[in-house]
Amino acid sequence: MINNQIPLTIKETKEGLLKKKFSAVELVDQYLAQISKNKDLNAFITICEDEAYKKAKLIDSNLQDLSLLGVTVAHKDLYLTKGVRTTAASKVLESYIPQYSATVVDRMEKSGAITIGKANCDAWAHGASGENSDYGPTKNPWNKEYVPGGSSSGSAVSVAAGLSLVATGTDTGGSIRNPANFCGVVGLKPTYGAVSRYGVIAMASSLDSMGSLAHTVDDVETIFNVVKGPDGYDSTVVNPKHETRNTKKLKIGIPKEYFVDGMDKEVEKSVLETAKIFEKEGIELVNISLPNTKHAVSVYYIIQPAEVSSNLNRFDGIRLGNSRESFGAEAKRRIMLGTYVLSAGYYDAFYLKAQKVRSLIIKDFDSAFEKVDAILSPVMPTPAFKLGENVNDPLKMYLADIFTAPANLAGIPGLAIPSGFTKKGLPLGFQLLGSRFSEPVLFSLGKLYEKVTGFVPQIAK
Amino acid sequence: MSKLTKQDVLHVAKLAKITLTDAEVDKFTTQLSSIISYMDELNTVEISNIEPTTQTTGLSNVFRKDEINTDQVLSQDEALSGTEKTHNGYFKVDAILTERSDK
Repeated sequence: MINNQIPLTIKETKEGLLKKKFSAVELVDQYLAQISKNKDLNAFITICEDEAYKKAKLIDSNLQDLSLLGVTVAHKDLYLTKGVRTTAASKVLESYIPQYSATVVDRMEKSGAITIGKANCDAWAHGASGENSDYGPTKNPWNKEYVPGGSSSGSAVSVAAGLSLVATGTDTGGSIRNPANFCGVVGLKPTYGAVSRYGVIAMASSLDSMGSLAHTVDDVETIFNVVKGPDGYDSTVVNPKHETRNTKKLKIGIPKEYFVDGMDKEVEKSVLETAKIFEKEGIELVNISLPNTKHAVSVYYIIQPAEVSSNLNRFDGIRLGNSRESFGAEAKRRIMLGTYVLSAGYYDAFYLKAQKVRSLIIKDFDSAFEKVDAILSPVMPTPAFKLGENVNDPLKMYLADIFTAPANLAGIPGLAIPSGFTKKGLPLGFQLLGSRFSEPVLFSLGKLYEKVTGFVPQIAK
Repeated sequence: MSKLTKQDVLHVAKLAKITLTDAEVDKFTTQLSSIISYMDELNTVEISNIEPTTQTTGLSNVFRKDEINTDQVLSQDEALSGTEKTHNGYFKVDAILTERSDK
């Protein structure tokens, strides 16, 4: 029996099942109980009770040593799940039942994962707070008056509150790392082109990255190894060729542009303390400069809405879904913004210029990674803010993407890791950025941090 | 400073096939103007010799054989399962052309 103690890692879950300490059905019982106890968090749009029990019984009747054996997963509701309603948290798709599953969903299920539900999120992944869902805002499990971050809000909350062991998310400008940071869990944004986007509702196709959230670095690494690699559907996916820098001593870069006026003092202090921890472990800290960081928000809010307006154009209510009247305010805002910057007379002034400045942002990172193996930075300029605090000021909300969006513009991986709590009890954390396809470097640094700080996963109370 | 007028907003809404209420037109005029003016800061960047980026991992064209993989296609019933508006195995859509009246 589990004794009401849900295992918090993939390893514990798998070993418990293989050694018959508990059954997969008992696990599902526990998670569903936890979900129903925490309905007020609004973490789920759809709960997959029948499907979860069916899969659990299958696992119990034929125990196999699979990478994700019995691992309950909450899929962000942008991931298509065959036969299970997928809404993108928009009323446009309120009754859409996909005919196929996303590659990530499929690969995780084949590796023994149990889909427990479809996680709430900002509609179409547009948002940094979880407040833009057409199904109501998700709440931060550490303090329900605060936002959980977004757009993968329900995914982060589900993991943090023990409603599922792991979750999937999408990261277009920070949508995995931001909620992971606000909810105190680990979040991985893989390199662009490392994981197939097939079957995930597209937001901005040159930026979208499919990643995961879990309690430990080890667990996001395990999931990454299950889902990565070509699938014959998404032609941007390649088998990575990553060359590690040929040096004995690892170096971490500290970018001065990521420590700016107006950022929260507790966030800054926590990230600098993290740097000291790495230094103590023999890693050299190097001051670096990414001078074009200050343009990242402008570039991102031209390129991303441009691609959004193009991708959302296909929702015409004919082959599936409701009409365009059903788009919420934020989707309309981004479609309008994107259409404007692409329209005749403005293309060169906005879109083309943004694509050029994007090249400069990429150049900044490429030169930095000639000198360092990873970059350490804050994820968000502040800890979680209160629900409703920023909803009437979209520009202010967009500006909060300043430390996350550059990684998407450059297509590089980012790993968000929790590092403690503010005086008010809200999670703090940092992110490690690496060169393209350097996920293994980020994982080893993340695991080192967890080891030397004696990190123990916990459920939000 | 870039500013959007009400007419700009209505024009863009038409291009994007979005219907807006009067209140939304007012709100978006203000909000989109403030976002667009913020982006004026990009005018300070020297970009004359810089190539634009559209793809970050250096891929150009990716080819596959022009063959149908039956594992990768939906059946007709599956393809039509998202709509109630079908006719003889086709999607039923509103007419976009009308019969000429001068014939």
